[in-house]
Amino acid sequence: MSPEAPIVSSPQPFDGGICLALNGEIDLSRSPELRNALLDAVKSKPDRLVLEMSGVTYMDSSGVATLVEALQKMNAHGGKLVLAGLQTKVKSIFQIAKLDTIFAIVDDIESAKTV
Amino acid sequence: MSDCFNINLRIFSQPRYACVARAAITAAVEKLGFPDDACGQVMLAVDEAVTNIIRHGYPDRDDGPIDITFTADESDPTRAAFTIVVEDEGEQIEPTRIKGRDLDDVRPGGLGVHIIREVMDHVTYAPRTDRGMRVEMTKSIDLPVPDAADPTNTA
Repeated sequence: MSPEAPIVSSPQPFDGGICLALNGEIDLSRSPELRNALLDAVKSKPDRLVLEMSGVTYMDSSGVATLVEALQKMNAHGGKLVLAGLQTKVKSIFQIAKLDTIFAIVDDIESAKTV
Repeated sequence: MSDCFNINLRIFSQPRYACVARAAITAAVEKLGFPDDACGQVMLAVDEAVTNIIRHGYPDRDDGPIDITFTADESDPTRAAFTIVVEDEGEQIEPTRIKGRDLDDVRPGGLGVHIIREVMDHVTYAPRTDRGMRVEMTKSIDLPVPDAADPTNTA
C-alpha cells in the first residue's frame, strides 16, 4: 500500500503569520496528524494562522475538533485563525455544527491575510 | 434476481476503514438520485456513526465488526428514500444518554450525534440483544419531475 501524501504542508511564513495548506480527506484516521501539525504551528504563538483548505475534499467532526482546539489556542494568546478556500461540501459540516459563525472563513489566501 | 436495492458491508473498528463505508454509501445514495450536497451529508452522517462505534463501542479493540446495511425504498417513484442500519458488537449504552451536546458550548468533540440527527430524517438507537448497539437512519427526498418537453431527459 503506497503511503499517503502529507495532510499538512510545511509552514509558509508571511508578514504577520503562518500559512499551512491542508490536503485530502481528514477523518479519524488522519486527524491526529493534523492535530500534531496545528499544535506545532500555534506553539510559536503566531499573530495569524491561515489554513488553506481548497485541497481538503472531506472533513468529519474529528477534523473539525482539531480546528476548534487550534482556534482556542490562538484565541488564548490573541492570535487569529482563518480558514481559506473551503470546498462547499466541507463548509457544510461547519454549517451543520453551527461553527460557520465561530470561525473566520474566507474564499482565498489573500483575503485570509487581511480579514 | 431480487428487485430490492440493498447493500451489506462489514468493516472493522479501525479508522482507516471508515473511507470504505463512505465510498459505498455515497455510491448507493447517488444511484438513488440524491443530489451531490445531500450525498455528501449522508456520507458524513454514516462516517460519524462508524467513528462513534470505533471510539465508544470498541474503545480497546481494532477488530470489532461494524455491519452497515443500506436498503432503498423504491415503493414511490416520485421519491428517493433509504434506510441505513449500523450495528456493532461492542459496548452498550442507554439510548436516552445518546444526545448531541449544546452547540453554544464551543469545544472540540461531541458533534457526531448532532450531525447524524441534522442530516437524517429519523434516527433511532437501540441496544442489541446480547451486545452492541443498532442505529437506524432514514432519509427521503422528492425526485425532480422529468421535463416532458425534453426528449433527452430520461430521469
